[in-house]
Amino acid sequence: MNTIHDMGGMDGFGPIEPEENEPVFHHRWEGRVFALTRAVGRWGRGRNWPGFRFTLESIPPDEYLRMSYYERWFHMMTSRLLGSDLITDTELETGYADPGAAAPEMLPASRSGSLGFGLLDLDVPARFSPGDGVRARNLHPRGHTRQPRYVRGRVGTVVEDFGVYALQDSDAAGQQPGDRPQHVYSVRFEARELWGDRAGAGDSVYVDLWEDYLEPA
Amino acid sequence: MDETGERPVDRRGFIKGSAVGAAAFAAPGKMMTDRTDEAEVHAADAHEHDHGHDHGHDHDHDHQDVPSDIALRVRALESVLIEKEMVDPAALDEIVDNFENRIGPQNGARVVARAWVDPGFRDRLLADGTSAIGELDYLGGQGEHMKVVANTDSVHNLIVCTLCSCYPWPTLGLPPVWYKSSAYRARAVIEPREVLREFGLDLPEDVEVRVWDSTADIRYLVLPQRPAGTADMTEEQLAELVTRDSMVGVARVASPSSGGGR
Repeated sequence: MNTIHDMGGMDGFGPIEPEENEPVFHHRWEGRVFALTRAVGRWGRGRNWPGFRFTLESIPPDEYLRMSYYERWFHMMTSRLLGSDLITDTELETGYADPGAAAPEMLPASRSGSLGFGLLDLDVPARFSPGDGVRARNLHPRGHTRQPRYVRGRVGTVVEDFGVYALQDSDAAGQQPGDRPQHVYSVRFEARELWGDRAGAGDSVYVDLWEDYLEPA
Repeated sequence: MDETGERPVDRRGFIKGSAVGAAAFAAPGKMMTDRTDEAEVHAADAHEHDHGHDHGHDHDHDHQDVPSDIALRVRALESVLIEKEMVDPAALDEIVDNFENRIGPQNGARVVARAWVDPGFRDRLLADGTSAIGELDYLGGQGEHMKVVANTDSVHNLIVCTLCSCYPWPTLGLPPVWYKSSAYRARAVIEPREVLREFGLDLPEDVEVRVWDSTADIRYLVLPQRPAGTADMTEEQLAELVTRDSMVGVARVASPSSGGGR
């Protein structure tokens, strides 16, 4: 979806502000949000549990910018738990389980053949090879995509074939309708192809792109 | 909660108030801030142990600051999930402990130091980052598929995730706030040289800058150049020199004679 998370190339955010001796978590609650997010993931199996990135990206842009990183994670986690009826608004407000509610049940994965994340040992033919010129297709899906806006319509060169991965794109409801396993390529774009004269003449940006995002140039 | 702020506030009161909004806490001496001290949150822990008791008697921490809204909301969620037996508190503690104390850039530094002293390892690392890093046992979540890119006299590499916060956890730990910031995500791809200058690295025009945007499942690690003045150092000593920032590509590894870097 075309929203604020897709930040590559934007101006106006000011300087980068590194912090000396930065702690891993700045507040105790940040570590708890991180750990809870990791720990509750298995409860999403077989439920209406939109994708992690989709849920973050669905935060309205003004809210997204106002929230800290782990506030977004907290919002993402509660929205999934509420949306799949694993917790209620009242439980979230009071901090106590509703004594009348049925105990949540762990469900088996319902999507048969889900390939998840990661490199797949599948024999899928590769449409492109290192050295091929490719153009990033002009795609504007309403769901989650890993094709950043700044490459759309731009021409680059395939430098490496990383093998076969399940496409992580979702539909507009955050669900992955199909895994569509396909090759992921490292594509080199000359910086000036993306940014014109603002970029250094010899500089480049490498972007990892699923085959569906590309067409021959 | 009692809006005069004079009576003890129990956990239910905190959380109910937090759900209403920060304004509910804006009594004198109870001003909300978004930077909650550890002590404040631990005070909320203490309340948790009280919740079966009578709240009418005096507590000995009546005048503590109220924890921040988000800290309370997270505590409420954690309490509910524990009570419903959806998460195991010991497992949560272990996850936090792992990322605070065991997984971090010291791991990536050992990969870099090995590559500096062992040309065969360096070749394997650049040809197949995943299996070479696997030799040192630093694979795992958000580091299953690794590509290592080497800085040279003519090429400088910089890692970013413009869409989110992808970062090689097993070798570098969780990313610092600046890496996840809007400014870094927005600017690294369009003006990497300005970004690098802000980090104190002014690259000559004839050095090619390659920015790697981590958009898929592959995670990146920069192999920085070995600094001068380190010929006599052991692998362990070299690893001590290697900084997180040098493995993201926003810094070089400083020569030991020139003082440290970040």
